[in-house]
Amino acid sequence: MSPEPNAVDTVVDAVSAVFMVVGALMSLAAAIGLLRFPDLMSRMHAATKPQVLGLFLLLAAVGLQLRTWWVWPVLLVAWIFQLLTVPVSAHMVGRAGYRTKHLHKELLSTDELEAVVVKAAKAARKSEEGDGNRSD
Amino acid sequence: MMELVLTITAVALALAAAGAIIRIARGPSLLDRVLAADVLLAILGAALCIDMAVNRHLNNLMLVVAVSVIGFIGSVTVARFVADRREQPSES
Repeated sequence: MSPEPNAVDTVVDAVSAVFMVVGALMSLAAAIGLLRFPDLMSRMHAATKPQVLGLFLLLAAVGLQLRTWWVWPVLLVAWIFQLLTVPVSAHMVGRAGYRTKHLHKELLSTDELEAVVVKAAKAARKSEEGDGNRSD
Repeated sequence: MMELVLTITAVALALAAAGAIIRIARGPSLLDRVLAADVLLAILGAALCIDMAVNRHLNNLMLVVAVSVIGFIGSVTVARFVADRREQPSES
């Protein structure tokens, strides 16, 4: 341990500083997206993607600053859980938003779910009519 | 250098938290509010990480792990129930 910081320490400090600044700016980008975007779907995209990358950058900054090896598996666990749970919550919010019509149809380039929904509604109507005829 | 980084990140996270709180306050639907609350939780985790990195301690590590594990339960639950509640008036 030398009292003056050597070159490797300075480089690692600089890299972790850049990671921290970019990670904080990711959160800021998510908040700007929440404020500026017009409907729930685009807000969901803006909110979830910076969460994953920003948390990854900040956890890497923690690992680089502490410089002990046993920290890295714990940080990896935290990031993997975030990577698993963010798509789940985004999927649920998007599903509920589609069902409660919180989207601007004119902003979508393609609505891949619409054909499925129309087909399911048609099948449900047909089965209802079949039941009605049978009961008569 | 660390003081400068701390200032920049503190300003950025404070602005981000203010934006998320504004969206919680005036979000047109419940789902917007839930999404903004999720972002606010992520900002809290980011602040905990930056505190650990700048001051070089590990006091918040378990809290960050726990937040990343269970943070999604709230938004999933609310999305589930809002789907059930808002469908009925739109059908009738």
